[in-house]
Amino acid sequence: MKVRVRLFAALREAAGMAQMEVELPSQARVQDLMDSLALQYPALRSQLDFVRAAVNRQYVSPTAGLRDGDEVALVPPVCGG
Amino acid sequence: MLKLFEVTTAELSADQVIARLADPGNGAVVTFVGVVRDNTDGRPVLYLEYEAYPEMAEEMLRQIGAEVQQRWESIRQVAIVHRVGRLGIGEASVVIALSAAHRPEMFDALHYAIDRLKEIVPIWKKEVWSDGSEWRSEK
Repeated sequence: MKVRVRLFAALREAAGMAQMEVELPSQARVQDLMDSLALQYPALRSQLDFVRAAVNRQYVSPTAGLRDGDEVALVPPVCGG
Repeated sequence: MLKLFEVTTAELSADQVIARLADPGNGAVVTFVGVVRDNTDGRPVLYLEYEAYPEMAEEMLRQIGAEVQQRWESIRQVAIVHRVGRLGIGEASVVIALSAAHRPEMFDALHYAIDRLKEIVPIWKKEVWSDGSEWRSEK
């Protein structure tokens, strides 16, 4: 399955892109996506530890399952206001 | 029609956000305005760059409004408008406005709203100094 991953702030700058399409096995969970990104992009690894995932605009736990077409945002520690 | 929960690049005005709550049943309005400060820990700041995940940020602002109204039943309306893009010293980054028939719970509700915004809304700020820049994290 394919998910659209969105990156922001320091993570976006480190990756050099604001979004990417990622192929995953059909039963993949959020944690599997994070592990896959950490392997593929070692420069992001340390920041990925502090990221909160949001699937289709709702925060989820790392054990949450993913489905084809999901939008997964990698949300670094927020700092609004 | 103006939205109650918005992420915008336009300059913010507290009066304009308050106007979104206009209702003859209101007896009081409280507002919080976040403003860009000229320094952090004594280090001079040139400007801030705010970035958002806009679709989710507006949903989270809406959620905060719902949480406020659920917890403090006297709050009639909530509006939260956050600006993104490059903001200079003294410019407003966020305006939160609450209305009620009477004032007792309003200050607690407002305090909750800004604390909660800083906890869950996917917005980030990058500080730019003369000799570098850094994405801030909430301490």
